[in-house]
Amino acid sequence: MRGFLPAMELQRPASLSEALQMLAAHTGRPFAGGTDLMVVYNAGKLRETRFLDIARLPELQGIRETPEYLDLGALCTFTELLAHPAIHRHFPNLVKSAKATGALAIQNRGTLGGNIANASPAADTPPCLLAYGAELELVSPRGTRVVPYELFHQGYKVMDLAADELVTRIRVPKPSGTSVHYFRKVGTRQAQAIAKLSLALVAQVADGCVANLRIGLGAVAPAPVRACHAEAVLQGQPLANLPVAVALEALLADMSPIDDIRSTAHYRSIVTRNLLAQALRTLSATGN
Amino acid sequence: MAERITLTFTLNGKPQTLAVHPMTRLLDMLREDLGLTGTKEGCGEGECGACAVLLDGRVVNSCLIPALQVEGCDLVTIEGLATASGLHPVQAALLAHNGAQCGFCSPGMAISAADLLRRCPNPNHGDVKDALSGNLCRCTGYTKIVEAVQAAARSEA
Amino acid sequence: MIGQSAIRKEGRAKVLGATQYTADVPVEGLWRGATVRSDVPRGILRGIHFGEGIPWSEFTVVTAADIPGKNRVASIVADQPFLVGIGEEVMHPEQPVVLLAHPDRYLLEAARKAVRLEIEPLPAIFDMEASLRQDELIYGTDNLLKEIRIAKGDPAPIWETAAFVIEGDYRTGAQEQLYLETQAILAFANTDENGLRITIQGSLQCPYYVHGAIAGLFELPADHVRVTALEMGGAFGGKEDYPSLIAGHAALLAWKSGHPVRIVYDREEDMAATTKRHPSRTHIKSAFDANGHLLALDVDFQLDGGAYATMSPVVLSRGTLHAAGVYRCPHVAIHGRALATNTPPPGAFRGFGAPQSLFAIERHMDICAQRMGMDPVELRRRNFLRLGDSMATGQVIREDLDLAGLMDRALVELDYDAKRKRFQTENAASPEVCRGVGFAVFMHGCGFTGSGEAKLASVAGLEALPDGRVSVLAASTEMGQGKHTVFAQVAAEALGLPIELVEVAPSDTSRVPNSGPTVASRSTMVVGKLIQDAAVAFRQGLIQQGLLHEPFTPEAFQAAVRAMLARSGSYKTYAQYHTPPQQKWDDTSYQGDAYPTFTWACYATQVAVDTVTWEVAVEDFVAVQEVGRVINPTLATGQVQGGVAQGIGFGLWEEVRMHNGRMANTQLTNYAIPTLADLPEIRVVFLENPHPAGPGGAKGLGELPMNGPAPALLNAVDFAVGPLRLDEVPMTPERLLDRAEEVARG
Repeated sequence: MRGFLPAMELQRPASLSEALQMLAAHTGRPFAGGTDLMVVYNAGKLRETRFLDIARLPELQGIRETPEYLDLGALCTFTELLAHPAIHRHFPNLVKSAKATGALAIQNRGTLGGNIANASPAADTPPCLLAYGAELELVSPRGTRVVPYELFHQGYKVMDLAADELVTRIRVPKPSGTSVHYFRKVGTRQAQAIAKLSLALVAQVADGCVANLRIGLGAVAPAPVRACHAEAVLQGQPLANLPVAVALEALLADMSPIDDIRSTAHYRSIVTRNLLAQALRTLSATGN
Repeated sequence: MAERITLTFTLNGKPQTLAVHPMTRLLDMLREDLGLTGTKEGCGEGECGACAVLLDGRVVNSCLIPALQVEGCDLVTIEGLATASGLHPVQAALLAHNGAQCGFCSPGMAISAADLLRRCPNPNHGDVKDALSGNLCRCTGYTKIVEAVQAAARSEA
Repeated sequence: MIGQSAIRKEGRAKVLGATQYTADVPVEGLWRGATVRSDVPRGILRGIHFGEGIPWSEFTVVTAADIPGKNRVASIVADQPFLVGIGEEVMHPEQPVVLLAHPDRYLLEAARKAVRLEIEPLPAIFDMEASLRQDELIYGTDNLLKEIRIAKGDPAPIWETAAFVIEGDYRTGAQEQLYLETQAILAFANTDENGLRITIQGSLQCPYYVHGAIAGLFELPADHVRVTALEMGGAFGGKEDYPSLIAGHAALLAWKSGHPVRIVYDREEDMAATTKRHPSRTHIKSAFDANGHLLALDVDFQLDGGAYATMSPVVLSRGTLHAAGVYRCPHVAIHGRALATNTPPPGAFRGFGAPQSLFAIERHMDICAQRMGMDPVELRRRNFLRLGDSMATGQVIREDLDLAGLMDRALVELDYDAKRKRFQTENAASPEVCRGVGFAVFMHGCGFTGSGEAKLASVAGLEALPDGRVSVLAASTEMGQGKHTVFAQVAAEALGLPIELVEVAPSDTSRVPNSGPTVASRSTMVVGKLIQDAAVAFRQGLIQQGLLHEPFTPEAFQAAVRAMLARSGSYKTYAQYHTPPQQKWDDTSYQGDAYPTFTWACYATQVAVDTVTWEVAVEDFVAVQEVGRVINPTLATGQVQGGVAQGIGFGLWEEVRMHNGRMANTQLTNYAIPTLADLPEIRVVFLENPHPAGPGGAKGLGELPMNGPAPALLNAVDFAVGPLRLDEVPMTPERLLDRAEEVARG
């Protein structure tokens, strides 16, 4: 343990409004499940020393279902996600990515909001949320605003999130009609792994054509990103004759993979394209 | 040193009150403040599961939990798994099947396995895999641990 | 008792979480110790600066200048300092320079970060190529930590005339032992009227190694140093030599501070600073006749030995002695070199050089079969060692050796032939997932190499306990392998007692004789045999004294022991190792019997290679071995399964990434050992062939399972997606993709 305990502060605001005031007064940064922050603290590399334990704020809890969307509290743990039938029914990619996050003890503690606000490019659920077209509810003492998740990450650990704002809820619209869901994470091993890369694809199919398609990518850019170039190539195309080669070429413009401790830029680039090709094979097969 | 706080929680079935820095790792609170050294530190980064305990009935890595978050919770450590009448069935099975070699992962493994059998009394191989893949073992290659958990399930069923 | 699966003696405490490992021992007035390390790979230490904001007067600070005795860790070559002193050379980037102790762990860590070392940098070398080229001369006159040549016949004329001459280059990476319990040592220093006494308790495999290191460090008489190995949370060789260094550090701090001191490495420090498996590269040149008979073999085997010799000479020795594999060959030349680099010294890790050289030869045999258009099964069958054959050192196989039988059994267990046919057909359709089967046949030399056991002349014994039970006296340590249980079984069998009446004494140098280190697959075979001999003497002694009459009940035996104690106060019997007369070894020519015997194995595996991601899944694994008589089938099976798991990690995933001489991936999240989700059920078969060297016919078992998985896996991957240049482990998905692209590029 390399963190310096005497310098640390951890307080628990009694309510959301108190938490927001404390955030605005720079009393501390939000601390939820701790599965990312505590690792950095243990390594002695945590820069901030003052934190607010928001893990029990009721406004950030629970899963609400409406006919159009699922409204997930930012404090939903991966285990809570996995226990909810509507997630299984409408968002199979979220099921896969939540199961691929760490292992059970991490899933019991890590939260969806933390996975988003920690802003790791390699986080497992964000590519799925991008592909599902999620929106985030952000609350501050100044009010509430809703931002499309695809606009939230703006660079490496740079977010559209003010110092006094909290991610409170995540809204995910239910895919309508016939839809195809593909998610695959490639890690260093089959459990307890951080992604080398991941790809989530969600497409609606109408009249034998791709009607609405979104692709989210993990660990191949400074933040989770949508593969807009590849999407543009595929949008509206017939399933029987998808322009696979063109899409794979376009995908290069959506990525900026690097060499790091977990993998190489080359591997990430090739295998991300392989995953898209596999996803498109799945998509084509749906049309038959 | 920042202010200590007074924590109240349930530890292995008994009420417990303790003055502690709110950011103390639960692992250190158990091992150093409470002398419960059955919970082990293998990595300090939530990877190995040697520090696993049950917090409100769920498996967690105690190296990743600040003491403050234990307030009001029900905490079970390896010291609380066996009863006066003897070993917990997963402990007995780990012993009988040589599921513990060096033994350092065994407390965390037993905690995770006990949690599995409570949630899922007849686990298939996939259930065991999902439940125990966060507990690293370097001695056994896991084969005998899986055998033990399945035997414990049969003995409980 | 021998042959029965007795329950692990210390198992109940382990599953209860009641076992006290070194970090768990409560100690009154404990201070904690920390190590300040160099952060440059090579240079001259010019100064040590203590930063502001730390109450330094509360700390105990130890530097090289404080050392009362020899500032060299006792080892094969005493070249490694406990601490680098001012004006001395820093040889690697994790080198200990300053020691700190304080009661408060948080303040201690802050202080560690506040010490600044002033080091005048020197150019450093980081790999075997640079060391061999002597880009910098960092060790001796040639950067060689050790050089070994083994010669048999003369390969030179064969290359011209052989039908096939096939060469290959192979590499293996460093591997971290990754025992779950990190390194931990507890030290006490007390001075009485007779002088200083140092007591060490810790997670250590070799109490007498540590004993020697501490005696030298403080220049103390042997009886002023007491070392006890506590229960260990795994070791795998990683706690063979490095604990001597940590124990020295903890002892220095305890001595200077006047308080007991515990040093516990965190995972990051443990991964960065302590020993690993030696990286290797091997060039093999082989000649075969037209029928696939091996005619000549030339092996150039190199190890990266890091900055100091430490265990490299003996790791190199075992590596070269296994380099020719399990094959009969009339002309062999093996050249082994351990090369110095400015990296933390590697050390012992299960297999001890053999996994490296056996990876090369077992991968090479498959490649040779490919090149010659032969079946890899048939090629091996034609070349296996048999009774009466001689190995590279001239060691003659004196046991009834049936390697073909081992191989056939493993292949049947895996259903190799049918799968081979099925996967060939299925893979031809280029599915996303291609499957393959592969195997390796290999051995492991039991006990110390060459004259090692003779020089050591180990002693083990038995002691009568007041209640009439018996205690085994041996310095061998329990690291999870089951030594407590196996020793108790061996003694119980020889005494004719139930196992409950046999205890195993703590590995405490004040109580147990020097039965040698707990390494080299020697505990069961070598020490176990001594225990068996001592037990026979113990029982005979009771009979000769007229206190015991055969046949006897356990109660009668206990009564006899109590009577013996009443008569003579104490009753102990000992046995000492003597080299069997037929076993000859010459250290200078490397000729003779390298080992008393070998264990033999064939491991076969089925893999699935996902060509979308180039991930390899291990779908089946069969481990068939001949290890003499199996003393405890359940424990032995567990040993094999664990070794196979480590071998699979070595072959596929575990990569130590080095950057300027230091490990870059020092966390469990980026150094990937297998989880439960990564491994298949590991199926274990023992074929028994009792050998007279060990108790009840047992041979050594611990390391063998590490030697086979890596080549078996790569042979299977090659079947699935090859032929590819699969010449290196770990064969990560990144490497496999690169190799596949090589072929695609043509």
